[in-house]
Amino acid sequence: MYTPHTEADVRAMLDAIGVGSLEELLEVPDVVALKAPLDVVPALPEYQIARRFEHFAAKNSGVDYASFLGAGSYRHYAPPAIAALAMRGEFLTAYTPYQAEVSQGYLQAIYEWQTYICLLTGMDIANASVYDGATALAEGAIMALNANGRKKLLVSRAIHPNYRAVLKTYCDGLDVQIDEVAITAEGTTDLGALAGAVASKEYAAAVLQSPNFFGNVDALSNAAFDAVSASETVPVAVVAEAISLGALAPPSTWGAQIVAGEAQSFGVAMAYGGPYAGFIASTKEHLRRIPGRLVGKSLDAKGRIAYVLTLQAREQHIRRERATSNICTNQAHCALIATMYLALVGKTGLRDVAALNLERARELATATSSLDGVDLKFSAPFFNEVVVDVHQPAGNVLAELRKRRILGGVDLGRWYPELSSCILMNATELTTTGEIQTLANALGDIVRVHANV
Amino acid sequence: MSTQTSDATSPLIFDLGQDGRATRYVEAGKPLDQFLPDNVLRRDLPLPDNSELDVVRHFTNLSHRTFGIDLGFYPLGSCTMKYNPRVNDAMAGKREFAQLHPYTPDDLAQGALQVMYELERSLASLFGMAAFSLNPAAGAHAELAALLIAKKYFKDRAQTARDKVIVPDTAHGTNPASAAMCGFKVISLPSDERGRVSVAEIEKVLGPDTAVCMMTNPNTLGLFEDHIHEIAAAVHDAGGLMYYDGANANAIMGNVRPGDMGFDLMHLNTHKTFTIPHGGGGAGHGPVGVAAHLVDYLPTPVVRATRKADGDPTAAPSDQFVFSLDFDVRSSIGPMRSFWSNFAHAVRALAYIYANGAEGLTRVSQLAVLNANYIRVKVAEFLETPYPEICRHEFVASAQELKKETGVKALDIAKALLDHGMMAPTMYFPLIVPECLMIEPTETESKETLDNFVAVLREIVETAKRNPASLAAAPVTTVVGRVDETRAARHPDLRWEPSAMSVSS
Repeated sequence: MYTPHTEADVRAMLDAIGVGSLEELLEVPDVVALKAPLDVVPALPEYQIARRFEHFAAKNSGVDYASFLGAGSYRHYAPPAIAALAMRGEFLTAYTPYQAEVSQGYLQAIYEWQTYICLLTGMDIANASVYDGATALAEGAIMALNANGRKKLLVSRAIHPNYRAVLKTYCDGLDVQIDEVAITAEGTTDLGALAGAVASKEYAAAVLQSPNFFGNVDALSNAAFDAVSASETVPVAVVAEAISLGALAPPSTWGAQIVAGEAQSFGVAMAYGGPYAGFIASTKEHLRRIPGRLVGKSLDAKGRIAYVLTLQAREQHIRRERATSNICTNQAHCALIATMYLALVGKTGLRDVAALNLERARELATATSSLDGVDLKFSAPFFNEVVVDVHQPAGNVLAELRKRRILGGVDLGRWYPELSSCILMNATELTTTGEIQTLANALGDIVRVHANV
Repeated sequence: MSTQTSDATSPLIFDLGQDGRATRYVEAGKPLDQFLPDNVLRRDLPLPDNSELDVVRHFTNLSHRTFGIDLGFYPLGSCTMKYNPRVNDAMAGKREFAQLHPYTPDDLAQGALQVMYELERSLASLFGMAAFSLNPAAGAHAELAALLIAKKYFKDRAQTARDKVIVPDTAHGTNPASAAMCGFKVISLPSDERGRVSVAEIEKVLGPDTAVCMMTNPNTLGLFEDHIHEIAAAVHDAGGLMYYDGANANAIMGNVRPGDMGFDLMHLNTHKTFTIPHGGGGAGHGPVGVAAHLVDYLPTPVVRATRKADGDPTAAPSDQFVFSLDFDVRSSIGPMRSFWSNFAHAVRALAYIYANGAEGLTRVSQLAVLNANYIRVKVAEFLETPYPEICRHEFVASAQELKKETGVKALDIAKALLDHGMMAPTMYFPLIVPECLMIEPTETESKETLDNFVAVLREIVETAKRNPASLAAAPVTTVVGRVDETRAARHPDLRWEPSAMSVSS
């Protein structure tokens, strides 16, 4: 129970307060008092808690399957040094570093995180983190809405469907309309349609994801960028697979002013969806609109370098209803983990991991698309995910693969009716050639049986 | 703690390292242009290459300059900085949880869904709500979810004229900020002389435009809103909804439930009440709870349980069910974040509930209140306590008189505490108390720790009277002294710049 009180302590403390019992301390009016016993899980000694969670763990058999699941959550190698460092009690049990004098270490780590995100995205500034990639998109879109006062957003249909759904949740609160841009046959955003749409000058932002939900590199062309600029629309980029930043040109190269992303790939566990590490970076001009914590470098009274939370006048605890966001607690510890990951792998390691992802994904693409009845859906350059068309309901094929202890990927029909025969498959540096061969063999059998029926 | 390190500054990771020095964790990758056209490739990647040892030393050194609960007393009001049991982390770190992909089919993730189900059911009973969604990522995020629920609820009833949210002047800053993110207008409600919301005062602002009244109980002064039932009735009579800010839930477990007080919506900061480590500012975990008439509005997905035909009647109750994620909730506001929940934190919260059970959680709240009152009566001997009555889990003291007498401010007292190896209390909040120190000891601290804190605080107040100037420089034993916040804001330096490397080396 983790409470250190002896009965004598309780007695002495009650006496000091001048009340007779604990119940007397917590008296409430009868009308609201607890009427019935509580129905919560039973108290267990610690060794039995471990046993109970063993029981739960054993029912997550999916972790033992060969997996090609990606779609916004990625399996990457995390050096054990990360856990050894991140689980230190000083980091783990600290609060938000309001008291700078006793938080210099954490503040410096966040300053380093902000720098890493800037270096990777090509942006000028980055915040101390937001909840995850989807909420980063929502908060990034709000920055754009506040920048030009418009009430509509233009987003690519090749953005992660969950991210778009979260954006809609936020926009329903703000009474903001979202319009979507179609996808081309190559599997990228229709930039011609995008350029045409922004000409109305009604959109606060035009949003692209790269690699997009289908794994393809997506970026504004020069012509599309010119149209976006001419209409004073804010170009916003989404990055859901941060390892790609080790290989791909950063979003700054095609003109993004705001980058919203997910850093889970940098050493943060998949953990059935969270906690992850969202980030927001932007050009300087959006500094006063960025949400959440920012760490700045300053000096102490003796002129020594010191870090401190800064520009807090943007935030809810000062500005209340006029704050740039309501965010308070963010994802500091996940951002710390990501910072440690980047510090460990360095430029050399990040580039190597990115190259291995590119290589394994091409192995996967070749092994599947060389099967009769299986094709790659798209032709655009891709990172570590590929859309495989099995020319029959993808859900049935995935169910057959599951019988062979393979999680073959994500059924795209869930969000894109026209892609109901397509599977989104992912390979990372942890995907083995053997696993790819096993998948290809199984997929070949399944598709052949179907062809013979 | 931080006093062990003599150097004021650690070098930045960017000032360390040499190209090619990074420890290799994977084999060398092939040239990128084998895989992608040149025009989409990155030209340069200006990150430092450091050896693993250098990185380990770097972050270990940073940890030495960081103060956590594990190092000392942390009486930060409204933040519930209690001990974070290590068994929680051990459970969350299990491979079958940590490596489970969110798109794992339900039938292969039954254990994870069962954890979410047991936590959700336990929270619903503890707080008197019909159901919770574990979707939101933190308290403020769950507040936003709750207000989006309210907005949609009124829209579905064609009551879009309800655009006012009532927030007491003692409320957390997230309350009005969340309301603004839903397009609501905020009405600030003054507290009465007892530090509470009065029925008469709230009736003045209630009307056909009332959407939601956001309250926390006990409030941020640590006082129980004893007229809560009448307030809720008045808000409901006006057609509005009652929202419970669960930041102070550590005071009420097994004692009184938001559902029984008349609240329709609530959130929890399970990273406060249920011992999830704060991690230096997150990740948090913010379940949002609703009464029966709002369950169809919860953010998606929610966990559903279906009774098994062949269940083992001798097994635990939840073992009788199969579980699934439901993405198709009738009137849902939609999802709040990328995936289902901060699941690893759901594991931690459930492990903590298992460690306590209903009786244990009841005692947790009792002892949290005992500790707060014990300090309160001792502190009242030498500092003003503006609300001298039984408090709940926290109380406020004021340095206003001391400041008049000596010039020493709440800030100076807080900084002096840092010199004694303790975290400062929350300062200057709630806003209605001048020179406020908001103190929340939590239940995991021993009487000796509390006695020591009181003795240190007494000594600081005595020093203030004897030698006030000596406190203006506090803290003096930490790696840096007071930081120039004005300079930080006027000349924002928010990142290392590559050019700085050549300047400094």
